[in-house]
Amino acid sequence: MSNEMISKQSKEQLKQQMKQQEYQDKVDILTPKPPLLKNICWAFVVGGLICTFGQYITDYFAMLGLSKKEASSYTTVVLVFLGALFTGLGVYDELGKRAGAGSVIPITGFANSIVAPAMEFKREGYVFGVGAKMFVIAGPVLVYGMITAFIVGVIYWIRQ
Amino acid sequence: MDKAIGGEKVNKKRGKQSLVFASPPIITSTANIVGPMEGEGLLQEYFDYIMPDNLNNLESWEQCESYMMERAIKTAVNKDNSTMEMIDCILAGDLLNQLMSTHFAVRKLNRPFLGLYGACSTMVESLLLGAMFLDGGFANKVAVAASSHHDAAERQYRFPSELGVQRPLGSQWTVTGSGAAVLSILGNGPRITAATIGKIVDYGIKDPNAMGSAMAPAASDTLLRHLQDTERAPEYYDMIFTGDLGSVGKQLVIQLMQEKGMDISSNYQDCGCMIYREEQDTHAGASGCASSAVVFSGYIYRALMTNKLKKILLLGTGSLHSTTSYQQKESIPCIAHAVAVEV
Repeated sequence: MSNEMISKQSKEQLKQQMKQQEYQDKVDILTPKPPLLKNICWAFVVGGLICTFGQYITDYFAMLGLSKKEASSYTTVVLVFLGALFTGLGVYDELGKRAGAGSVIPITGFANSIVAPAMEFKREGYVFGVGAKMFVIAGPVLVYGMITAFIVGVIYWIRQ
Repeated sequence: MDKAIGGEKVNKKRGKQSLVFASPPIITSTANIVGPMEGEGLLQEYFDYIMPDNLNNLESWEQCESYMMERAIKTAVNKDNSTMEMIDCILAGDLLNQLMSTHFAVRKLNRPFLGLYGACSTMVESLLLGAMFLDGGFANKVAVAASSHHDAAERQYRFPSELGVQRPLGSQWTVTGSGAAVLSILGNGPRITAATIGKIVDYGIKDPNAMGSAMAPAASDTLLRHLQDTERAPEYYDMIFTGDLGSVGKQLVIQLMQEKGMDISSNYQDCGCMIYREEQDTHAGASGCASSAVVFSGYIYRALMTNKLKKILLLGTGSLHSTTSYQQKESIPCIAHAVAVEV
């Protein structure tokens, strides 16, 4: 291919890119912006309430005489159960619609991300449906969570 | 004029991408069915049947979608005072992989069938091809249909329905419903007079939540091409409808047409903006094959039958991406087809 042809081609490409960028700008102007303040307030209040409730359970277990470690393990179990229960009752997605990260980040959101696909794919059977699809959303969280934990562990080990 | 094999050939092609029918096929009946949410929307009086819920006592959403299409086709044929045996061919499609809903719906109807995939442009694609069948003399009566189901589409394209996610404000809500029509060479009703076959247009939009903005350039491209090919002004039509661009895409089409020197703001509406009420919280409006299918077979068809509208142009708009293509970071290729329906 001659240089002239290449430069003509790249000019065409550039023109195409400019056209696309121009259009993207138009789209950005017209696309409604998320109500940031409202979303932040919702996330803060809901996320805060879930965590406060978690703390309340931990304190309750500690009061019953469990060690700090045991109490926090039991708290996790209770919160995961509640997250799963409210997903099954069809409440958690309504909450998530408003609270966003406020209900995704706490461990109840993790339960939601496992139970929701499990419910959805029940019709494809317990092996290829529920079993295979259960971790469709939570899977990546687990994979990268474990990798991160491993890297942090290595750093900790080297520093010792 | 060219000599065709069988004798004198009538040239029905106009301009670059359009066709004008020599003996315009008649839309002799239409029928539709929707889910409960659409039934609570703005067009409730125009639906033949509103299901009590999105499952309708069936075992899966996919089965429910098949049921909707089968019922829509049967109702349209009944309203036409015909029997299923009189239908020479069924042209239909939906959004699910391998046209699952359509194939299971048509399985029981026992008629010759061609499955179509044009994403949300399927209703117009099937009207266009059905009209070509009739005007070409290949059939006397065809049934066309399209369907979509909110939950079935969500789980294929996005997330499980119980997952607590926040939908962006520019996103649209897939319509649960199906619309069907019977086209005949004889009978009463509005006629399909012209059509334009769209090209794939891709302006590089990658966000599958912004389908309205991805499809707007395809819609304006086909609209412009149709007007040029048929040498018509936008005012020729009482109303121009696009399928499912939603509020964002609708504004973009008006802007893109304005840039070409055409003002369509007074006689243009998007079917996706006509179905839901503001307080139903669907954000930018409706989408899915059923968006244009239920609005056309309901509101638009009745307006044509009662002479409230005399000349309309219906543009079916489709986002031709898949879950694989957007995970591989491809942009969204889009298409729009147009049919002109006149009384």
